[in-house]
Amino acid sequence: MVVDRDHEPTGALVRPYAVTRGRTRPRLEIAMEALVETTARGRLNGLSSGREQATIAGMCGTRLQSLAEIAAHMRMPLGVARVLVADMAADGLLAVHEPSGIGDGGGDLVGTELLERVLSGLRRL
Amino acid sequence: MSIRQPNNRVTSAKIVIAGGFGVGKTTLVGSVSEITPLTTEAIMTSASEGVDDNDMVQDKTTTTVAMDFGRITIDSDLILYLFGTPGQTRFWFMWDELVRGAIGAVVIVDTRRLADCFAAIDFFEHRRLPYLIALNCFDGRQHHDVNDVREALAVSPNTPIVTTDARSRESTKQVLITLVEYVLTMRRAGAGAGVGA
Ligand SMILES: Nc1nc2c(ncn2[C@@H]2O[C@H](COP(=O)(O)OP(=O)(O)OP(=O)(O)O)[C@@H](O)[C@H]2O)c(=O)[nH]1
Ligand SMILES: [Mg+2]
Repeated sequence: MVVDRDHEPTGALVRPYAVTRGRTRPRLEIAMEALVETTARGRLNGLSSGREQATIAGMCGTRLQSLAEIAAHMRMPLGVARVLVADMAADGLLAVHEPSGIGDGGGDLVGTELLERVLSGLRRL
Repeated sequence: MSIRQPNNRVTSAKIVIAGGFGVGKTTLVGSVSEITPLTTEAIMTSASEGVDDNDMVQDKTTTTVAMDFGRITIDSDLILYLFGTPGQTRFWFMWDELVRGAIGAVVIVDTRRLADCFAAIDFFEHRRLPYLIALNCFDGRQHHDVNDVREALAVSPNTPIVTTDARSRESTKQVLITLVEYVLTMRRAGAGAGVGA
């Protein structure tokens, strides 16, 4: 995962950052469409870690959710959710599944196979 | 929903939905999404470093940009997200993040105000993100011939131009299928290198 400081929108003046203990930079750069899943450890310990953390652990334990969905449901700016999720992932409470990122070095075959899966999925809709 | 394939890793993909103000972006996302479109906000506090037309304004400003998005579960281990771009194209800081790793983009165009989509097209051209043009016929009529639109927008002859009704699930589905087919064709032709920002 790439840490890309120049592109990271920050919001140091915003109240929700209190829950991130003032940090506005996540330890990991997590794409807005990255999928988040609660780990077994997160299921056991996630609920005791803090209100926001518990909500996230609960919500990503029932189905995969993107970072954007977590932010929307928690009514948090994307950047705040990103810091929380990165911390919880570092603590082993969440697993973060990065998107396939078609063009960024994933290799042509991987991209093509993914596109074909998306295409047949859309046709089945 | 199928059982997770052992060989597939859990992953996601996204398509960007762009276009001018009130052109039908949220409507299009909502017509195929399995969830009511959600809104996520990004906040940027900056001494705006050339992010908009008023370059070099040195005031420290906090800008909130809202993007709405929808979700389509393709498989238990593959989820497609549709992200609508912020209404105001000047919020480029968000566009960079939006297009990073995207499959491609749908540029919705109201033929009565073609110029509204120029900024989006320029941006995708510059980032070499494949896109198609979807003409949203608001009153059920297409006001311009597709060839005239192609000429007016100065898009390449390969760029698909389709008509759509953003409110219709079937229509939106076809738009997305056309986009992914186009991206696949380009990749197979070897023209896709460097695509996706
Ligand atoms: N007749 C008709 N109306 C449409 C169509 N698509 C959208 N509308 C209407 O146009 C209005 C604007 O649509 P939105 O989907 O909110 O447009 P938007 O691009 O998300 O707008 P902003 O986010 O404000 O830029 C709504 O009242 C829609 O119901 C269409 O295909 N036909
Ligand atoms: Mg909208």
